[in-house]
Amino acid sequence: MKKDGDTMKQKLIAENVDVFYGEKQAINNISLGINENTITALIGPSGCGKSTFLRCLNRMNDVIDTCKISGKILMDNTDIYGTEVDPVELRAKVGMVFQKPNPFPKSIFENIAYGPRIHGLASNNSELKDIVLSSLEKAGLIDEVKDRLDDQATGLSGGQQQRICIARAIAVSPEVILMDEPCSALDPIATAKIEELMNELSQSYTIVIVTHSMQQAARVSKKTAFFHLGDLIEYNDTDKIFTQPENEKTQDYITGRFG
Amino acid sequence: MFTLPLSFVFVILVGVSLFFFYFSKKSIVQKSAQIGQRSKTLSTYYGQNAFLWSFIPSCLILILISLAGPNYVDQIFFARVQELNPKFNDSFISLILSKVINVANGKIGTDDQKILTLANEYKIATEKLYFYRGLVVILCASMLGLLVSYLQKPKTNARDKVETFIINLFFISAVIAILTTASIILSLLFEALKFFNLYNFFEFLFGLHWAPNVAIRTDQVASDGSFGMIPVLAGTLLVSFIAMCVAIPVGLYSAIYLAEFAAPKIRDYIKPTLEILAGIPTVVYGYFAALTAAPFFRDVGGSIGLSVSSESALAAGAVMGIMIIPFISSLSDDVIRAVPQSLRDGSMGLGATKAETIYRVILPAALPGLVGAVLLAVSRAIGETMIVVMAAGLSAKLTANPLDSVTTVTVQIVSLLTGDTEFDDIKTLSAFGLGLALFFFTLILNVIALTVSRRLSERYE
Ligand SMILES: Nc1ncnc2c1ncn2[C@@H]1O[C@H](COP(=O)(O)OP(=O)(O)OP(=O)(O)O)[C@@H](O)[C@H]1O
Ligand SMILES: [Mg+2]
Repeated sequence: MKKDGDTMKQKLIAENVDVFYGEKQAINNISLGINENTITALIGPSGCGKSTFLRCLNRMNDVIDTCKISGKILMDNTDIYGTEVDPVELRAKVGMVFQKPNPFPKSIFENIAYGPRIHGLASNNSELKDIVLSSLEKAGLIDEVKDRLDDQATGLSGGQQQRICIARAIAVSPEVILMDEPCSALDPIATAKIEELMNELSQSYTIVIVTHSMQQAARVSKKTAFFHLGDLIEYNDTDKIFTQPENEKTQDYITGRFG
Repeated sequence: MFTLPLSFVFVILVGVSLFFFYFSKKSIVQKSAQIGQRSKTLSTYYGQNAFLWSFIPSCLILILISLAGPNYVDQIFFARVQELNPKFNDSFISLILSKVINVANGKIGTDDQKILTLANEYKIATEKLYFYRGLVVILCASMLGLLVSYLQKPKTNARDKVETFIINLFFISAVIAILTTASIILSLLFEALKFFNLYNFFEFLFGLHWAPNVAIRTDQVASDGSFGMIPVLAGTLLVSFIAMCVAIPVGLYSAIYLAEFAAPKIRDYIKPTLEILAGIPTVVYGYFAALTAAPFFRDVGGSIGLSVSSESALAAGAVMGIMIIPFISSLSDDVIRAVPQSLRDGSMGLGATKAETIYRVILPAALPGLVGAVLLAVSRAIGETMIVVMAAGLSAKLTANPLDSVTTVTVQIVSLLTGDTEFDDIKTLSAFGLGLALFFFTLILNVIALTVSRRLSERYE
């Protein structure tokens, strides 16, 4: 397992990343590589900087005025914070799914078609429709919604809404999908569906997921990174982290002694 | 006899009520000590109960007597004056009566013996009224206070009683607010009905000619007056339309800037500044329209060969638009900021630019609220009076030319009701017809606006 991981291509490489919110440092000198077409989980107690780190990977932190980032994040060997990189284009390649399902108050079809439309991925309506349908298909939602594509997406159940958000991200054909606690607002059945979906998607997408559920990290991810107070404490194969962690803090966290 | 002025009575009333507050509070402690049982609620509630019962009803009586009493005295003396000379007509009697009252108050002097006597009696009657007013109020307060204090036993649930009393007080206030509104509408309706008795309702509603020139003297040769409201309404709509053409883009864009782009520091300055603009009296805008904007438009028009009348719909509308900008931008800013941050993140996370996010996600999501804001602004523009009175003009022309002078519903109401008018004249009454039409127009707009903007809040619950 470990050997396999080491030989795999690394899609994203963070080198000495520091993040500040104003004066306050939220991420301390983190370096870590994320393998292509695998699921990597970020775990750690609340406020340790998981979301902050995740948002660095598609430059969503640029939106926050007080946020300052230093260090390098390489994607396919180009620094995504380099001057020639347009954050808007980057975000089309690195999609994001948020903690709370946030479909736009539009129809299901328009939700999925949103990304393809702004990026001009379809040259006509039938192409657009193909993209929408295949994204819904990949998100495992097609059977549930194919007869009501014109209904408001906000009228769907929470789990369906979250899968709409995943389909919406897939529709712009990203290379990486970032998920920030995608199941925390969902019940166990909807969670199981999303986990299954992530598994399928990991064959063609690089997925990074933040989760508070140790079981979820263990179930879906190949590699796990444990964060604590802005530091990366331990990063290893998921099996390794959950069976024989090297660091005492990791041990304490996964056995539920703090966090 | 000495007088008891209102303020004095009120102070005594407060004193008496406060006395019963402490009295009840003390006596309940004593009573419960006597029977060796704790009172059901805190002693202060017994005091409050006694205070409310002693104060509020007496206060209402005080207000009632103060309002109705002088009227009653005046009526008596009206009859007295009439007795002096039955041949006087009513308005002459009123004149003499007001003279009597002024003499009684020492504002003027007179040599007329009859008036002097009457004035003296009037003075005495008024003092008597004030005296009894004081007496009744204080007696009422004392009796009620005493009664309530006596009736309160330790097992009485005074807390509940106070609660009920206060809830009823709120209820009555609400009823008063509704009743006054209703009575305003009713009086408008009745006056308007008088007008429609004299003038055909449909001719008023759909008539294309507005010329309220009724003969002033009966022997004068003049037309009967024509009251078709369409040209006036068209003027209102034209001015409001121009105002909206100014206010909607500027207001909306400044709201978007404030909500989405402005740094918090800048926002902190701009938003209050805009709200101060909303506090400028409309008469100031009126000056601006008449003295600055209108000549400006006329000169500019003249220099490019357009004839702009010196009172133009354009000047009035443009300035009215400026007046409404803060209104729209402030409401829209709130509406836009109410769109959840998660939608912005979702859109940005898909690689949309900020402008794309605003146009494709935020504005559509905020649309119901924005429509509501605009409709409220429209109904303000329609009801706005001062600016158009000063800058729009008086001639009722059915025109869509913004450079021409037009008149509006509100301007006509003002000009019909000011100056020498008789209250049963068709010309005067037509103002109420216009008022009613205006009322329904803005009412409908407001109802639509509220229903539409309620949708937004429902959607994110
Ligand atoms: N917009 C912001 N402005 C200022 N400080 C922030 C901001 N966002 C996060 N922080 C701070 O940065 C630190 C890391 O926050 P972050 O949201 O990354 O934690 P997290 O690991 O995702 O926590 P959780 O599990 O609760 O989501 C926290 O101390 C937080 O207070
Ligand atoms: Mg987080």
